[in-house]
Amino acid sequence: MKLLPSRFNSESLRNDAAPPTLARSQAVRRSWPFLLDLLVACVGLAAFYGIVQIGRLWLGQPQPNVVLSLSPRALPRYALYSVVRMGLAYVLSLVFAIGYGYVAAYSRRLEPLLIAALDILQSIPVLSFLPGVMLAMTAVFHAHQLGLELGAIVLIFTGQVWNMAFSFYSSLKSLPRELTEASDVYHFSRAQRLLQLELPYAAIGLIWNSMVSVAGGWFFLMACEMFVLGSRDFRLPGLGSYLQTAASEGRTGAILWGLAVMIAIIVATDQLVWRPIIAWSDRFKFEQVESERRVHSPLLHILRQSSAARVLDRMSLAPLTERLYRHEALRTAARQQVRQTSPANRLSTVLRIVAAGAAVVVVGYAALRAMHLLRGVDAAQVGTVLRGAGATLLRVVVALTLATAWTVPAGVAIGSNLKLARVAQPLAQIAASVPATALFPILLLLLLKSGAGMGTAAILLMLLGTQWYVLFNVVAGAMAIPGDMKEVAKLFRFGTVQRWRTIILPGIFPFLLTGLITASGGAWNASIIAEYFHLRGQTMQTFGLGEQISAATDSGHFAVLLLATIVMALMVVTINRLVWRPLFRLAESKYKLA
Amino acid sequence: MPQAIIRAERVEKFYAQPSENRIQVIAPTDLAVLPGEIVALLGPSGSGKSTLLRMLTGLSTPSAGEVYWHETPVQNAAMNVSIVFQSFALFPWLTVLENVEAPLQARGVDPAERHRRAMHMLDTVGLDGFQHAYPKELSGGMRQRVGFARALVVEPEVLFMDEPFSALDVLTAENLRSELLELWQKKTMPTQAIFIVTHNIEEAVLLADRILVLGRNPGRVRTDFHVALQHPRDRKSSAFTQLVDYVYKVLTQPDAQPPELPRTTDGRRVREERQSYKMLPHARPGGIAGLLELMLDHSGKADIYRLADDLAFEIDDLLPIVDAASLLGFLTINEGDATLTPVGAEFANAEIPRQKTIFREVAVQHVLLLRQIVRALASKSDGSVPEEFFHDMLDEQFSEEETLRQLETAVNWGRYAELFDFDASRGRFTLSPTRRREEALETAG
Repeated sequence: MKLLPSRFNSESLRNDAAPPTLARSQAVRRSWPFLLDLLVACVGLAAFYGIVQIGRLWLGQPQPNVVLSLSPRALPRYALYSVVRMGLAYVLSLVFAIGYGYVAAYSRRLEPLLIAALDILQSIPVLSFLPGVMLAMTAVFHAHQLGLELGAIVLIFTGQVWNMAFSFYSSLKSLPRELTEASDVYHFSRAQRLLQLELPYAAIGLIWNSMVSVAGGWFFLMACEMFVLGSRDFRLPGLGSYLQTAASEGRTGAILWGLAVMIAIIVATDQLVWRPIIAWSDRFKFEQVESERRVHSPLLHILRQSSAARVLDRMSLAPLTERLYRHEALRTAARQQVRQTSPANRLSTVLRIVAAGAAVVVVGYAALRAMHLLRGVDAAQVGTVLRGAGATLLRVVVALTLATAWTVPAGVAIGSNLKLARVAQPLAQIAASVPATALFPILLLLLLKSGAGMGTAAILLMLLGTQWYVLFNVVAGAMAIPGDMKEVAKLFRFGTVQRWRTIILPGIFPFLLTGLITASGGAWNASIIAEYFHLRGQTMQTFGLGEQISAATDSGHFAVLLLATIVMALMVVTINRLVWRPLFRLAESKYKLA
Repeated sequence: MPQAIIRAERVEKFYAQPSENRIQVIAPTDLAVLPGEIVALLGPSGSGKSTLLRMLTGLSTPSAGEVYWHETPVQNAAMNVSIVFQSFALFPWLTVLENVEAPLQARGVDPAERHRRAMHMLDTVGLDGFQHAYPKELSGGMRQRVGFARALVVEPEVLFMDEPFSALDVLTAENLRSELLELWQKKTMPTQAIFIVTHNIEEAVLLADRILVLGRNPGRVRTDFHVALQHPRDRKSSAFTQLVDYVYKVLTQPDAQPPELPRTTDGRRVREERQSYKMLPHARPGGIAGLLELMLDHSGKADIYRLADDLAFEIDDLLPIVDAASLLGFLTINEGDATLTPVGAEFANAEIPRQKTIFREVAVQHVLLLRQIVRALASKSDGSVPEEFFHDMLDEQFSEEETLRQLETAVNWGRYAELFDFDASRGRFTLSPTRRREEALETAG
C-alpha cells in the first residue's frame, strides 16, 4: 500500500513536536527559550507570593468592618483579592458544570429533573441567596475570614455556573454518533472518552460560555464585596468595595484609579487568558476543512516555544494520563471476567434507593419549612410585593426597549461595515466588560446631582448591564446576512424602508431575540442592586421588586425576602415561557438563514 | 464448515409503541460471519443495513435474539472487532498518530510499543510522514486511510466497514478498494473476516466472497449467495456483468411474496398490512416528471441499471424516484426493467396544468395519506386540519424521523397537485386557494 512518495523525512518530524518556525536564525531560537523560562519562573514566584498574601487574609480573624484604604497604593492588593475570588468561583463553576452536565446527559432517570432544575435555577436572582449564604458561611467558619470569602465565592458561582452546565450538557447530547461508536467499539474507558472525545468536543462551547459567565461574575462580585445584613455591615477588601467606598465618600480621584485598575484587569484577562485559550481551542473545532479566520495569541506562541512548559507536560500530564488509561484498561479487562458471576449489584441498588429516599425527605422537609416561613407574610405585604413586581416589569420593559432602540441601528451599522467593525468592536468589547455595578455608584452621583430620580437611575443601570448582549448579537446577525441578499436589494433599488423590512430586520431577528432573552434575565437580576443603593451613608431606593428583596435583606426580613424571590423567579420563568419561547420558535422556523 | 466467528440467531430490531403495535425495523434474521471470507451486505436505504452491522458488532443490542462471538453471547465476550466508518469518525483534535494510538491506549498498551505499532500501521497504509498532521489537513482519501490504520492497528478478527468508500470520489474509492484487497490477499493483516455494508452493487461484486441482499419493511435477508469469481475480477467480463445484473434485479423487484407477519410470544403483533400506510418514497414531483420524460425518449422502456448508469446516479438516489412513479401507476417494473404505462406516457407528454391534474387524480387514488388529508379538509368547516393529527397516525407505524419525512413528502406532493396547502408557521393543512375557489363556484352554481 505504499503509493505515496515519502516526501517527508519521517524521522525528523517524529522527534520534533513543535511546529518548525520559519525564517528565524538559530541563535535566536536558542536564546529565546531561556528568557521564556525565566519569565515562566517569575510567574511562579509571583503566584507563590500571592498565595501567601491570600492565606494570611483568609485564615486571619474575621473583619466585618474593614476600613478600606482609598490610597491607590492599596489597589494592587485589593485587585489581587478580587481576582482570586473570581478565579476560584470560576474553577468551582467549571468543575460543577462539567459534573452536572455529565450526569444530566447520561443518567436517563435524572435527566428531566436536572434540566428542569437548570431552567429554574437560572431564573432565580443570585443576590437573593446573599443573606442565606453569608449567614451560613460565617456560622460555619466563625473564627476565620474564610467564611465571608467562601460566601462571596459561592454567590458568584451561583451566578455563573448554569449556562456553562447547560452548554456542556447540550454538547454531550449532540456528540456525533459515529465518534461515540468509534469510542465504544474500541472500548474506551470513561476517562479516555472524557479526555479524548467529550471534553474536546464541548471545549469551544464551554469557553465561550465561560467568557460570558466571568463577565457576569464581575457584575456580582462588585455587589458581594460590600453589603449590609441586618445590623451587620460586611466588607470584603477588594476592588468592588474600594469603588463603592470611594463613590459613597465622593472621592473622584480614587474612583478613577479604581476604574483604571478594573479596566486594566479586564483587558489583561482578555489578552492573557481568553485569547490564548481561544487560539488554542482552534483545534477543537469540529470541522472537516480548515477555516480562514483565526484568533492569534502571542502568549500562546511563547508558551508553545517555552521548553519549560513542554518539560512540565512531559513530566506531569503525560505520565498521569498514561497511568490513568492503563489503570482503566486493566479494570475493564477485570470487569469482563467478573461480569458473568456478579449478582452483587442488588446491594448497590438498595443503597441507591435509600439515598434517593433520604434526599427526597430532606428536600421535602426544607421546602415545608420554607413554606412555613411564608405564613409570616400578611396580605398587605403580598400586595406590595406584587405591585413591586409590576413596577420592576415596567422598568425592565423600558430598559430593553431603550437597548433595542440604540443597538439595532448601531449594530447593523457595525455589522455591515467591515472598516467600522474593526474599530468599534474592540472598543465595545472593553466597554461591555466593565461591570455595570462598578460604574453605578459614579453614575448615580452624577444623576442625582443633575436632579434625576432613583427610578431613572435604576433603568439606566439595567440598560448599562444588559445592552451589550443585544449589541453583540445584532452585530453578529448583521454580519450573517448573506452578501447576495444585499446585492438583490441593490439590484432592485430597494428603498431604506423596504431594505430594513425585507432583509435586515428578518435577518437579525433570531440574533436580536437571543440577545434580548439574555438581557431580560440580566435586567431582572440587576433590579436588586438598581432599586436600592447605599450612597454617602444614605439609602437611595425606588419602589420595585428588587427594592423589596434588597430591603428585606438589609432588615433580615426573611419571609418577605423568600416571597419576593419566588415572585421574581416566577416572573422570569413565565416571561420566558409565554413570550420568548414562542418568539424563538418562530425565529427558528421562519427567519433562520440556513 | 468452520466455526463462525460471529453468529446472529433470530436477531430482530423493533421499536415498541405505546399502543399495541410496534415498528419492526429488522425481521428475525440468522446470519454468520465465517473465517476467511469477505461478506458484503447490500440493500436499499431504509433496509436496516447499518442497524444490522451495529448489532453484529455489539454496539447495539437486538430487541430479541442473540449474537454470539465464538459461541459466547456478545455481552459476555471480549470482542475483537473494528469499524471503518463512512464519515471516517476521526477525532479532529488528535493528530493522525494520536488517532491511531487511541484504541491501543484503551487497551493499556505501553507508550513505546504503542508508538511502534501505530507507526508500522501508518506505514502500511501509506501515511508515513503524515503522523503529525491533523485530519482536517488531509484529503478525504487520506482521512479514510487513517480510518483504516486505526481499525487495523488493534489487529481485529473481524473488520467491519460501513459504506467506507461512499464519501470518496470515484477514483480515490477505486484506489483504496484495490489496496484493501491487496492487503487482504497477501495476508498482511491478521484479520480473519471482512464485513462490508454498501449500496454499491459493483463494489459488492468486486470485493465479496459472499453477498447478502436485504429487503425492507421490515429489513430481512432476501438472498445470500457465494461469488465464485477469481480475483482480480474484471468488471468487463460477462460473468461479472451478469452477476451485477442479477443483483439489480433482486433489488428492484418488488417483493414477490409479502413477508409473513411475525407474532411475538407476548401476543403483541406487528401492524397488519391492510391498516397501514404505504411508505411514500421520498421523491419530488419534478424528479418523477423528469424520469418519465426521459423514459419517453427511451421509447417507454428502460433497464433501471442502465438508466442509473446513464444519469450517473447512485442506485440509492434513483430508486425512490422509480418507486414513486410505480406507486402512482406511471410505471410498471418487471425484472429490473421499467415500462411506461399509458397514464405515465400521457403525464410525460402533457403541459404543466394538465400534468398537475393527472398527478392530482393518481395521487388521491393511490396514496392513502393524501386521500385522508383531502377528506379531513373537506369535512372541516374552517378548511384546516392540524398536522399533529396525521403525525400521530403515522407515528404508530414509522419512527419519528421517518414520520416527519413522510409528512414532508406528502406536503410536497399535495402542494404540487394543488390538493391542499400547508401553513408551516401554524402547522396546519389548509385548503389550497384554487380548491377553495372551485368550491365557492360549486356552491354558487
